[in-house]
Amino acid sequence: MTQTIIEFKNVTKSYQETQVLTGVDLTIEAGKFYTLLGPSGSGKTTILRLIAGFSNATSGDIIFDGKRINDVPANKRRVNTVFQNYALFPNMNVFENVAFGMTLKGVNKVQIKEKVTSMLEMVQLAGYADRSIDELSGGQQQRVAIARALANDPEVLLLDEPLSALDYKLRKDMQYELRELQQRLGITFIFVTHDQEEALAMSDWIFVMNEGKILQNGSPVDIYDEPINHFVANFIGESNIIDGVMREDYKVMFAGKEFENVDAGMRPNERVEVVLRPEDLDLTTPENGKLIVTIDAQSFRGDYYEISAHDDDNNEWRIQATNPSVLNSRQGLTFDPEDIHIMRFDESEDDYDARLDNYEE
Amino acid sequence: MKNRLFYFIPYSLWLILFVGAPIILMLGESFLSVSHHFTFANYQDFLGSGTYLRMMFNSVWYAFLITLITLIVSFPTALFLSNLKYKQFWLLLIILPTWINLLLKTYAFIGLLSKDGSINHFIELLGFAPQQLLFTDASFILVAAYIEIPFMILPIFNSINEIDRSLINASYDLGATKWQTFRRVILPLSADGIRAGIQAVFIPSLSLFMITRLIGGNRVITLGTAIEEHFLVTQNWGLGSTIGVVLIIAMIITMALTRERKKRGRK
Repeated sequence: MTQTIIEFKNVTKSYQETQVLTGVDLTIEAGKFYTLLGPSGSGKTTILRLIAGFSNATSGDIIFDGKRINDVPANKRRVNTVFQNYALFPNMNVFENVAFGMTLKGVNKVQIKEKVTSMLEMVQLAGYADRSIDELSGGQQQRVAIARALANDPEVLLLDEPLSALDYKLRKDMQYELRELQQRLGITFIFVTHDQEEALAMSDWIFVMNEGKILQNGSPVDIYDEPINHFVANFIGESNIIDGVMREDYKVMFAGKEFENVDAGMRPNERVEVVLRPEDLDLTTPENGKLIVTIDAQSFRGDYYEISAHDDDNNEWRIQATNPSVLNSRQGLTFDPEDIHIMRFDESEDDYDARLDNYEE
Repeated sequence: MKNRLFYFIPYSLWLILFVGAPIILMLGESFLSVSHHFTFANYQDFLGSGTYLRMMFNSVWYAFLITLITLIVSFPTALFLSNLKYKQFWLLLIILPTWINLLLKTYAFIGLLSKDGSINHFIELLGFAPQQLLFTDASFILVAAYIEIPFMILPIFNSINEIDRSLINASYDLGATKWQTFRRVILPLSADGIRAGIQAVFIPSLSLFMITRLIGGNRVITLGTAIEEHFLVTQNWGLGSTIGVVLIIAMIITMALTRERKKRGRK
């Protein structure tokens, strides 16, 4: 059913001395919504540009539909791009922008008109065909850019941080629309963003990148629940990351106490990092708590209170609670064994998967 | 607001004294006969005389040729420069000659083009007879174009340089070839620069007189030459001013023709 459409094999990219991609391997399957997620300078846009053909890989193979496309120029590739700044042609109106690709191919006028009309309807801009670009709001320009790219019937749509210039509310709306559009059209979307919330909300599959490497890839739930290292845990959502020691399988020690957990397959007494998500932590009475913490600060965030506290070992804890707490009071902190996620130092994704296969039936 | 107007006083004085007043004086002078009586005779003379009309046609025709040649040279150059790595440096090198006095450059060309100049020496070296290069139409156009080229390159370069790289990428992305990208994206988006360049070259070229004399050997007579003659030789200031007024009108027409078109919105 699933069919590989794009593959990177050990792709590197350097500009003079600086290496921006260090041996990237990735596989993109047709019809899914992918996100390349990472901070700026992580190489995510570089990957997009390599797929689009705007720059050339220094080494490695880029395979599209079974063929190596390293040397195919951008105008011959069956992908289209939605640019970060939209890149609409200011010398053309909305209609001419959307029709641009078809006009080049010499499609007849009647067909062009039909297609442009249906594209503009799809992005909810019916009736805007004769507007000039500078008459449009940012959100509308965004939609025209999407219509223009999709009017070419690409097999893959590349989106380079397309929502970053929009305000919060509009960004949320566009997230839903893009996701819905992708599912309706069944086209592969590759979306680049530095916004983890956006990535989690929209994607079928996320590649987390940093410093020219893919650190982890997986479904949003996998990446959120089982970050592979400190960077991913910190970048995706908020985390409490504490040093600990894996006493034996299913038994971890941190903050001066031993806890039952669900991880295994490590050396006895191996030093590890322990991740606990703020929303998995609950405050309770000191007698019922697994740990005792002192409340340092709290702030109201609308749908929850963000509380920061420290335990007797001076570890910082962030807690998301529905009810407010009392400053400087001592409270119990409780969590379930499943909430504890263990990260080994320098464990690669492959090693992690292998270890999981070993102890999970 | 009052304060800001205050800063404009020096330049407005300058404008009034050295731009406004001379134009008004010239306009007045153009309606005076040699004996300082009010008359339309100067305009009648100008429009009724085949010589002046031919001079006007010459001025426009040569200015057109000079503009065309500089444009043909400058556009590809500007396009090429905008893709270079140290483009501002290369641009500076092209602008540099404009800092040298015009008369000096013109004399340099006399040295190059004259009967025993460098170019004829080279021709002789190849075994051909020396050619008459100076005092020809071709040499006049060559030198005029040489002098005007930086003024054409600069605005075109700026307009091309301002084109967002991602627009060009978008064009390729949508399937355009290099030529189609040039034709449909780069050229329309650099139109303002081309217009500015044409203005900067065509308008001064209408009234060239120093080059027509030193390089063209007065074989090419333009309105600029005529004005000079009337003021300095025949002392007919009235007719000289009339030609000046005609030149100003020609400049206004050029500005109007090359002005920035209103962006088209709804059709």
